[in-house]
Amino acid sequence: MRKRSMRSRYNFAAVLSAVVLVCCGALISNQNVSAAGEGKITGTVKLEGTAPHMRGIDMSKDPYCVKASASAPAHMENVVVGSGGGLEHVVLYISDGLTGGALTAVPSEEPVFDQKNCMYTPHVLALDINQKFKVTTSDQTTHNIHPNPNPMTGNIPWNQSQPPGAAAIEKSWKATEWIPVQCNIHPWMHGWFAVVKGPYATSDASGAYTINNVPPGSYTVTAWQEDLGTQTQKVTVAAGAAGSANFTFKGK
Amino acid sequence: MRTRLRKWSLWLGAAAFLTLPLASWAQLSTFDIETRIGAESHVGNITGHAKDAKADYRRYCVGCHGVLGDGNGENFPWVDPKPRDFQLGVFKCRSTPTGTLPTDEDLFDTIARGMDRSNMPQWSTFTKQERADLVAWVKHFSPRWANEKPGAPITIPPEPEVTPERIKAGRDVFARVQCWKCHGVQGMANGPSAATLTDDQGRPIQPFNFTEGARPKCGDTDRDLYRIFMTGLDGTPMPSFADNIKPDEAWDLVFYLRTFMRQHSKEKELAKQLGLKPVDPNAPAPAASGQQ
Ligand code: HEC
Ligand code: HEC
Repeated sequence: MRKRSMRSRYNFAAVLSAVVLVCCGALISNQNVSAAGEGKITGTVKLEGTAPHMRGIDMSKDPYCVKASASAPAHMENVVVGSGGGLEHVVLYISDGLTGGALTAVPSEEPVFDQKNCMYTPHVLALDINQKFKVTTSDQTTHNIHPNPNPMTGNIPWNQSQPPGAAAIEKSWKATEWIPVQCNIHPWMHGWFAVVKGPYATSDASGAYTINNVPPGSYTVTAWQEDLGTQTQKVTVAAGAAGSANFTFKGK
Repeated sequence: MRTRLRKWSLWLGAAAFLTLPLASWAQLSTFDIETRIGAESHVGNITGHAKDAKADYRRYCVGCHGVLGDGNGENFPWVDPKPRDFQLGVFKCRSTPTGTLPTDEDLFDTIARGMDRSNMPQWSTFTKQERADLVAWVKHFSPRWANEKPGAPITIPPEPEVTPERIKAGRDVFARVQCWKCHGVQGMANGPSAATLTDDQGRPIQPFNFTEGARPKCGDTDRDLYRIFMTGLDGTPMPSFADNIKPDEAWDLVFYLRTFMRQHSKEKELAKQLGLKPVDPNAPAPAASGQQ
């Protein structure tokens, strides 16, 4: 759940706040105010046309990785298409229309970016600015986790080893950016930290997504896919209801 | 302002085109940088002033590091590894944790030491004041110092006595955290992952070869070696191991690294007497004993 500031300069929000205030009185101070008018944005992301070939990964550099992935041979994950053309690992966020607390609130959940069978799980981790996340390892081989942001954004690169059994690393990012992350020891390991501002979602294996905690309003939703780029759509969310936006990316 | 911007973007555009495969992230204009001309450094009781280093920089550094400090000096095409881009504020030789700014002392030491296996010369002829001024000048290129403090330097406990047990223990650390994946089991820079390494700009980079007689860039004392693998060399594949090697084990590892080096040392002698064998790359992953 998001904590939300009541201070909004917009009439609309002020009226809404006043209504909520009248209704709930003293309860307000400790409660999540937004629940009353909360909406969401849902939809599906699809790939139209032929999916690009994702070549298999040769892990022979590290016998541990070969063994760990033997039962489910790994493939590149730049474009992952599920049954029915659903496109996985697409990041959806509100690129325009959010104001006040809905924009600046930082989620308290700490998502996990795991190194497992010498791959990143998930391949793309979406995050809010300043949201904490954990990097963990489930592997019996040493990894080095090496995000490579552009330092000019305010995000600073770092590079830490994680041998088997190492403790989780807790981090956050300061600015919106698509940050590639790599393991130099296992150069096929390649993933993303997708840092956005405000509520976000990542499409699942069927291409479905839900952006929660969206106050009523009119928005631009952007879908970002690492190889296929971005698309935007206008969406309106009514109080307590779901707006909808489906996206279709074209295969090459 | 507008024409100035356009002029710069043309200039930078041209520069970006020329160096396309090695695209630089830097994007600040002289105007931007000038706002930080008041930058200072503090080394011991010396205060360095950026503005006092302008002439020295133009005379001695600009050919490599460039007018804008972005590493795009006229020597850029001929120099490998490439001159540091000071606008990014990312440095290899730090006493501070990975992802943090180096201290003023770190930069002060680096300038005097130079960087082995690169075109970065040793600058031992400057006075301490001149060097401190150059540190302030280097800092003024990056907005990072205006917004962040340097990291807290790691603590290095006093160096223990070298013993055969410590050298053996050092080999176990080398095996457990798998330095050999890049550096090779004999420190010859030929580990299974060595061939594919690239730096943060995507340029190929080799791991340090301990056996060639070269000196590490960030210093070759035992304390320097300790610091190098505990903080990592930011901007390169060389990671920080601070979370995974305990201080005592770190000294063991320093002693073990010495046994690879061509230079004569007590460690080398002891390893010979022990008949110490290199780690076995095919052995199953050693138990995670070093957790804190
Ligand atoms: C002939 C070219 C050349 C000249 C002249 C030169 N440098 Fe460098 N400098 C380099 C190169 C190349 C590197 C990067 C070396 C590497 O990454 O291994 C570097 C790196 C650096 C670094 C970064 C150290 C780190 O920890 O990452 C600093 C600071 C620096 N130089 C300062 C200076 C100063 C101050 C001067 C002038 C007094 C100067 N350099 C002159 C080539 C040069
Ligand atoms: C992912 C590959 C990788 C791993 C793992 C790795 N290194 Fe390195 N190391 C490098 C690279 C690449 C360099 C060269 C950096 C440069 O020249 O800028 C380097 C450089 C060094 C240097 C010389 C630094 C200098 O100042 O010139 C030392 C010492 C070193 N590594 C020790 C270690 C130790 C000890 C471990 C294990 C605890 C380790 N490395 C693990 C890639 C690695």
